[in-house]
Amino acid sequence: MSVDSKLLNRLAGNLLLSLTTFVIFVVGWEVAVRGLGISKIVLPPPSAIAVAFWESLREGELHWHLAVTLYEVLAGFLVGSIGGLVLGFVIALSPAMERIFYPYVVAFQTVPKVAIAPIIVIWFGYGVASKVVITATIAFFPLLANTIMGLRAAPQDQVEMMVSYTASRWQVFRMVRLLQALPYIFVGLDVAIVLSVIGAIVGEFVGAKAGLGYLILQKNFNFDMAGTFAILIILSMIGVGLHGLIGIAQRRIVFWMDMAGEHVVGA
Amino acid sequence: MNAVTQFVSTSLRRPPSAVADSGVNSEYLVRIAGLEKVYQTKDGNDIHALQDINLDIPAAEFISIVGPSGCGKTTLLKILAGILKRSAGDVVMRGRSLSGPSRELGVVFQAPVLLPWRTVLQNVMVPIEVQKRDRAEFEARARQLIAMVGLSGFENKYPSELSGGMQQRVGICRALVHDPSFLLMDEPFGALDAMTRESMNEELQRIWSESRKTILLVTHSIPEAVYLADRVVVMTPRPGRIVDVIPVDLPRPRSLGMQTTAEFGRFVAGIRRHFSSAGTLNT
Repeated sequence: MSVDSKLLNRLAGNLLLSLTTFVIFVVGWEVAVRGLGISKIVLPPPSAIAVAFWESLREGELHWHLAVTLYEVLAGFLVGSIGGLVLGFVIALSPAMERIFYPYVVAFQTVPKVAIAPIIVIWFGYGVASKVVITATIAFFPLLANTIMGLRAAPQDQVEMMVSYTASRWQVFRMVRLLQALPYIFVGLDVAIVLSVIGAIVGEFVGAKAGLGYLILQKNFNFDMAGTFAILIILSMIGVGLHGLIGIAQRRIVFWMDMAGEHVVGA
Repeated sequence: MNAVTQFVSTSLRRPPSAVADSGVNSEYLVRIAGLEKVYQTKDGNDIHALQDINLDIPAAEFISIVGPSGCGKTTLLKILAGILKRSAGDVVMRGRSLSGPSRELGVVFQAPVLLPWRTVLQNVMVPIEVQKRDRAEFEARARQLIAMVGLSGFENKYPSELSGGMQQRVGICRALVHDPSFLLMDEPFGALDAMTRESMNEELQRIWSESRKTILLVTHSIPEAVYLADRVVVMTPRPGRIVDVIPVDLPRPRSLGMQTTAEFGRFVAGIRRHFSSAGTLNT
């Protein structure tokens, strides 16, 4: 009981602290922009951004672009992370497969995805497909690297314990290795989902007919800085929201571990 | 020393083939004959972790192995558990040569080695699941064992919610749940504080006398070895070998208070002598 209330107090304290910081930051920004007479085209005051944010929410146009980008992010994330997960299992379970595939995987990872985005747009067109592919190539590696590492993370003593009770290789895999890999896989998912947002926007920058990235370019072109900032806020809300969803899933599934991501690979 | 020569000569008189024929009727559960474990270092040298280990273990005997670090006692236990391969020699259990892990064995490790995503009951049930035994039947047994070690009410707790001593008791339940005839324990109480350790020793003696299991306990504590064992096997390192086997004929049940008696002290001193003379005093 006292532990619970202490925790609540601390959470409330943290919330209060970050709210206060936020308010000070926003008020400081507003005062600085107005006081120093900075042009709206260079840096819009928060009030202007809030107005632009509200207006774009009221316009039906934004919803469509938001839906397109969300679709690209989620589809690319799913395709890329499932691909990374599957290849990670194959590589972790078979040393031969590791020798065959891994050098190519590493070579592919060292190529900046931004650099191949134009090629992908030419191959897959200006529509949604090319953004999904770009996002998938970015989401792929964090899952691959973390899955491989996770499947090899089972402590030797746990494996020996299982073997001493006559467990088969498959039983050791199913009852120990798979579960030991889960925390790593969640770190991979967390990194991948945040990178997926970046992937979709990069794809839209290269060439698109819709999406929040496309909208940013359009507003930038019209010197609508407040509108651009409003979309940035939406983008970061998407990122924080998706990251939060992964976190909730992680705490439910990997409940025995309170890990904060000290094993991040491929970020 | 006499015990060793006596024991070696008796075991030599009985060739393993004759033992295999006699099967279940043989008076010992496990025979270790001419067991060797050789490791090769990177520069090609052989290291004898175990050299010419011979030991007969009768059913329902409590046997302790003591020795300083590096004497190969854990290696011996891992070979018996089927986790490590032997280099030469044989391990025969009920007339059959052991060539890997056996369903007849239960192993308690230095660390509790519980799976953190499983509750106490689920951890105890691991051997049952692995060996595909009847879950309903053995779950009742698992609950009894958990109650026997004083963990009633903790069946659905997770390992992280237990103290070290409680976790090790779960490990002991897990080693007993499939009713093995031979229990191997590798310094199971090494990580516990002295008080907990003493009460665990008492508990282990009770478990042994109630279940009549054959138990092999590896420890580096001489008093613990004497307190629990029918026979204490003394090992020394480089190469790892048995230098003495000392029968402990102290009456049972033994009390912790017995450890202060002169008789008890004589056993402890007799074992310690081996290590001080070899310059490897430990404990």
